[in-house]
Amino acid sequence: MSRLGKITRRSLLVGAVAIAGGAAFGVYQIRRPVENPLRPQEGATLNPHVIIDQQGISLIAPRAEMGQGIHTTLAALVAEELDADWDAIRVLHGPPAAAYYNAALAHGALPVADYAMRDWQRRVGEGIGAATKLLGLQVTGGSTSTVDAFERLRLAGAGAREALKAVAADRLDVAADRLRTEQGRVIAPDGTEIDYRELAEDAATRPVPRVALRPQSEWKLLGRSLPRVDMRAKATGTAQFSTDIDLPGLKCATVRICPHLGGGMESFDPAPALEVPGVEQVLDLGDGIAVVARNTWAAMQGAEAAQVSWTPSPLPATTEAMYDRIAEAFEARANSTMRDDGSPDDAEAQLEVEYRVPFLAHSTMEPMGATAVLEDGHLTVWVGNQAPRENLKVAAEAAGVSEENVTLHTVFLGGGFGRRVETDVTRQAARIAAQLPGTPIRLTWSREEDMRHDFYRPAAIARMRGAVAEGRATLFDAQIAAPSVTRAGIARMTGRNMGGPDKGHVEGAFDQPYAIENYRVAGHLADLDVPIGFWRAVGNSFNGFFHEGFIDELAHAAGRDPLAFRLDHVAPRSAVAAGGLETVRDLSGWDTDRAPGTGRGVAMTWSFGTPTAVVIELVEEDRGIRIARAWMACDPGLVLDHAIVRAQMESGLIYGLSAALMGEITFTDGRADQGNFPEYDALRMDTAPRIEVAILQDNPHMGGVGEPGPPPAMPALANALHDLTGQRIRTLPLKAHAPFLT
Amino acid sequence: MHALTVNGTDYQTDAPPETPLLWVLRDELGLTGTKFGCGVAACGACTVHVDGQAVRSCQVTLGDLWGEVTTIEGLAEGDRLAPLQEAWIRHQVAQCGYCQSGQIMQAAELLAETPEPTDEDIDAAMAGNLCRCGSYMAIRAAIHDAARAMGGGRAG
Ligand code: FES
Ligand code: FES
Repeated sequence: MSRLGKITRRSLLVGAVAIAGGAAFGVYQIRRPVENPLRPQEGATLNPHVIIDQQGISLIAPRAEMGQGIHTTLAALVAEELDADWDAIRVLHGPPAAAYYNAALAHGALPVADYAMRDWQRRVGEGIGAATKLLGLQVTGGSTSTVDAFERLRLAGAGAREALKAVAADRLDVAADRLRTEQGRVIAPDGTEIDYRELAEDAATRPVPRVALRPQSEWKLLGRSLPRVDMRAKATGTAQFSTDIDLPGLKCATVRICPHLGGGMESFDPAPALEVPGVEQVLDLGDGIAVVARNTWAAMQGAEAAQVSWTPSPLPATTEAMYDRIAEAFEARANSTMRDDGSPDDAEAQLEVEYRVPFLAHSTMEPMGATAVLEDGHLTVWVGNQAPRENLKVAAEAAGVSEENVTLHTVFLGGGFGRRVETDVTRQAARIAAQLPGTPIRLTWSREEDMRHDFYRPAAIARMRGAVAEGRATLFDAQIAAPSVTRAGIARMTGRNMGGPDKGHVEGAFDQPYAIENYRVAGHLADLDVPIGFWRAVGNSFNGFFHEGFIDELAHAAGRDPLAFRLDHVAPRSAVAAGGLETVRDLSGWDTDRAPGTGRGVAMTWSFGTPTAVVIELVEEDRGIRIARAWMACDPGLVLDHAIVRAQMESGLIYGLSAALMGEITFTDGRADQGNFPEYDALRMDTAPRIEVAILQDNPHMGGVGEPGPPPAMPALANALHDLTGQRIRTLPLKAHAPFLT
Repeated sequence: MHALTVNGTDYQTDAPPETPLLWVLRDELGLTGTKFGCGVAACGACTVHVDGQAVRSCQVTLGDLWGEVTTIEGLAEGDRLAPLQEAWIRHQVAQCGYCQSGQIMQAAELLAETPEPTDEDIDAAMAGNLCRCGSYMAIRAAIHDAARAMGGGRAG
């Protein structure tokens, strides 16, 4: 039984129709309050976000905690208005439910660059966001969680507070507006105090008061770096991830699925697996096998021992052939031309170059896993995931039960980065559990299974034409070819094919705040069926590299300093973005002389609403090139928790640098050549740079922080290498081209 | 039957002797604070102490155990967290947290051997512990801080 299950059984819930009260959307269905999924056995409930029980206040979080610190910020939003005692507040993952829809996911749906959005366009975007309520998209992704929750959770807190006060007012016979609230108590003018816990049950039955939110000047929690609510559990080993659920009679399982992507299983012989001590069962999963054993080690040994013959992959046999397939997309008409300024066809190119980036794995620290049990026709699943409703649906299907007969608990994610928006491991766990009713199954993938069955960041190619005159760029003409992540992802999630221009494919290139006379970005969608998915920063993860690598080339062609060159082109379009560049210039001492044997590179990408500038410093050492230092400046607008923003920036930088330096998945006969960290590594303590982060708040609109780090980190590194050695590397990863310390 | 001592508690298990300690801890004894990341000694998520020495528990078999095991669950003394854990909380080190049991156990050995580690000592000791969330800056700061806190304790 999860904590949430226990609490909802014997809890008292406090109500406030926060959502309908807070959002002025024009459509009837959208105005209608969402259904509260929490069903306590005692008490009543109107509010899906706050539970008050004998132990105190719990926030039911609509988003998953995958390291980004979101549970802390969500709790702070509620606690700010509710006047909860910060040290006592608990946070639980919400169940799969439409009430937890993510409205901000759709804010970026318009084909307009964020920096250039007008107010009316933002409102239209928010209207589309409101429509996601109808779809009930409960997704943690797109760096949207804080933006989505900013009003909603404060209203949930404020509504609950006023309902509690109203009950106290009746009991004490004092007007509600003469009551104060503090540290989880209502306080009367004469000093009488009533604990929220004593008021909660009555408050839950109240009509919901209309409330105004407190102004920023009165905030006590928001804007501070708060102690994270998940920190103690994570420092003591008590935080529970997907495979940490202890159940009586638990068996351990692993899978071995056809490694030739798109291929299947012709036949298998379980006998050698069953000879491994501890192995109990070998199950047929259609495209592979599951091995169930007394412990995970035995299951993994068994999976390796089983004789399996696979059917071949329909994919091109080599990575080179895959690149050829991607390049073919240039021949077909563009899917989008979302930036088309001036007349690029009439401008003569001085530079024509091609950039390439490889497939990448998410490589979350925790390999994919889940726990599941089917008991009396009811399936219970524990899985760290970014899309609970999708996972629930898939689990029901796989186990052959109705959705009402599935309980899905989201637990901590050992890294997400977009990987856990998928449902594959949930499907497998549900299937295995359904074949062994009454036996709880702990399913753990090996690292090799994880790396060979990812939904990869696609490889991509960019063809660039450019020209400069009098120290300025006069032509920036980009064609970008890759298979479409958006289309693949939407098709997987909804079963529908998406048509129309694909914004995600060109984000990070078409939407950058540069003033260039002839400026065009065209997207070409490649027809290549490698499983691809949302990898931290998605399209920005390759377009940031293309755009900022080529800007650097133009700066050098113009004989200009690359940072000053950027500022000249950015300042007329966006003072906010220019501010970030100036900040990293000053922080890094950009304009001072470089020490011999050092090189510096700069890049700036505006993604997920947050312009982020990076300077990287390389130092040549005896053993190789060290990524010595990094300076970052981001401007996500209003910052609710500085320490969390800083951590996310450092995290994104290291994730991006790791990929640019050494990330590469290649395929032979549709099977990934890399299987484990020795072949697909990342920066470590001894190779990661010292990082300084400046957090600016001049942006008038709130942006995300989880994903804006990687896009500028990658080109800044390549640009620094150019500064150090004169090599202009247009193909990642960089370690293939220069002797970096890795 | 195999006997082993983990965090001061004696256990018996009939798991085969070639079973790596990691899986004995997690699946046979229910001590899930120790994590699996790679199974090939390349990530450090499974780091525990055997006889005070930091080891990759995915590489040590049950049959080869040479001493008492300490895991992340055994680092605190009752409710009193170890100085490293306190420092981890002060510096808000963990992001997803999955690597952190291993990071803390590795750092514990470092401080036991080198009470005042330099940055180079930290690089050398911690390079085997991957963090895909990139929490290295915070880990480094927390190790230095814990070292100070522990040194202060000895002096006082
Ligand atoms: S799991 Fe043992 S080092 Fe990675
Ligand atoms: S905190 Fe996520 S891997 Fe280290």
